[in-house]
Amino acid sequence: MVTIKEHREETPSIRTIRFDGKMQGVSGQFVMVWVPGVDEFPMSLSYVGEGFGITYQMLGEGTKALAAKKVGEKIGIRGPYGKGFSPHGKNLLVVGGGAGMAPLALFAEEAIAHKCSVTLVIGAKTAKDLLFETRTATAGAKINVSTDDGSKGFRGFATELTKAVIAREGFDALYACGPERMIVGLLGMANEKGLPMQASLERMMKCGIGLCDSCSLDGKHVCTDGPVFKENELRNFVELGKTKLDLTGRKVPV
Amino acid sequence: MSHLAVEICGLRLKNPTMLASGVFDETGKSMLTIARAGAGAIVTKSIGKEPRTGHQNPTVVELQSGLLNAMGLPNPGIDAYSSEIREAKLGGIPVIGSVFGGTEEEIADLAKAMAAAGADAVELNLSCPHAKGYGAEIGSTAERVESICRQSKRNVRVPVFAKLTPNTSSIAELARAAEKGGADAVVAINTLKAMAISPEARMPILANMYGGLSGPAIRPVGVRCVYEIFEAVKIPIIGAGGIGSGRDALEYIMAGARCVQVGTALWTEGPEVFNKICREMLGFMEENGFESVTDMVGVAHPGRR
Repeated sequence: MVTIKEHREETPSIRTIRFDGKMQGVSGQFVMVWVPGVDEFPMSLSYVGEGFGITYQMLGEGTKALAAKKVGEKIGIRGPYGKGFSPHGKNLLVVGGGAGMAPLALFAEEAIAHKCSVTLVIGAKTAKDLLFETRTATAGAKINVSTDDGSKGFRGFATELTKAVIAREGFDALYACGPERMIVGLLGMANEKGLPMQASLERMMKCGIGLCDSCSLDGKHVCTDGPVFKENELRNFVELGKTKLDLTGRKVPV
Repeated sequence: MSHLAVEICGLRLKNPTMLASGVFDETGKSMLTIARAGAGAIVTKSIGKEPRTGHQNPTVVELQSGLLNAMGLPNPGIDAYSSEIREAKLGGIPVIGSVFGGTEEEIADLAKAMAAAGADAVELNLSCPHAKGYGAEIGSTAERVESICRQSKRNVRVPVFAKLTPNTSSIAELARAAEKGGADAVVAINTLKAMAISPEARMPILANMYGGLSGPAIRPVGVRCVYEIFEAVKIPIIGAGGIGSGRDALEYIMAGARCVQVGTALWTEGPEVFNKICREMLGFMEENGFESVTDMVGVAHPGRR
């Protein structure tokens, strides 16, 4: 188990925990987070190396119990797992919706360290919900903001703003994490422009190590074949944006 | 020239490896991945009558020489799963439908539904160690094993395999009961009932507390069980438990298994493990002058070398 070194609020519904200790990994990889007596669930790494960390949205019972954990308390962490993001080309467009910015802020830092130029589209419901705007601006990314209610930046969805950004500038690759509808929309744009793309996908995960088949997506396992997939894989997913498995393994609409 | 083709209860397999129940088998597409990877047959996830969510996470604990799991038999129910079987069958290899239930009638009904959905054989899960009222809880006595096999056999024409639990004083006795009840083959072993505790959390890690241990740690137990069963029954044995290489498979086969199932090895090796096992077995057979897998079955027993 690992000790919580820092626990801070990022937005009204999103928090970051940083741990005592070190975990090597890359953006897009995830860990299984165990809150003893409550649940275990996957969470993207938002910080790696010394003081590694996760950034999570308080949604279910597990993340709410996690939110109650204080600095100095211990929780279980296993990982890192899965395939992460990798820089492709020099001029990168990165689109993060809501908590989807958690791995992408880390990716922006990694890409900038690799001498890439990073343009970000950060989308959220309202200005208060924008995640890692300051962090990525400090790292040197060019920031574009969209909010559903127009309380900051472009009023509308991140996909609409991305369309405008792509229209005025050429990019070498597109990176995305966020609601599945957003990813499907962006995939359409990437296909149209012949733009390489990497997107982090989400499915119900149980084991996290490629065995139980809970996160099956067109016969691929999101936990080990992903969670980051490239455009050739994304294009071939028949189930993407349409169906997912529920806790029993039944196919249900996304 | 050595070859790996093997026949079991009328099923023709291109090689003796099968996907073990519970991994890579919630969807037809995942099972197709396994078929393409070179497995000789596929056993489906254990399916019940109704949709079931299984246990709360944590459902797995990674150990140095094995894996502890308590998935808790999650499954979409036989009605929804039928389409997955149809899809899996496109892989062109036999699909064996695993079923679990709480009574003789329920299991026999599920066996029938599995056969109707297109399963080439039915595997009765009499051995899951972590689901209340199912699996090992009803499969630990010879009487129940016999009556469940008998009722299920009455309901289907396809072969019926009984997957037995090692969590008993005599698995050979359970195998004899399965044979007496008309089972066409036995599968041994399911996982060993086990527990892992986090000292810091001062509690068992699995939400279900108890789970089943699989992987390399249990291989010697599985090999011993198959060896004992081989001395006790005439029906074919399918070996399982910690198989991840050709040599592992050979241990089971020489103990008396005709086929082997592979599950936990997919964790570390991925679906490529099926081809690896086959390649290694074939290499051994060529070097040692064995023409077919059948020639090696049970040769570790005195008087059969």
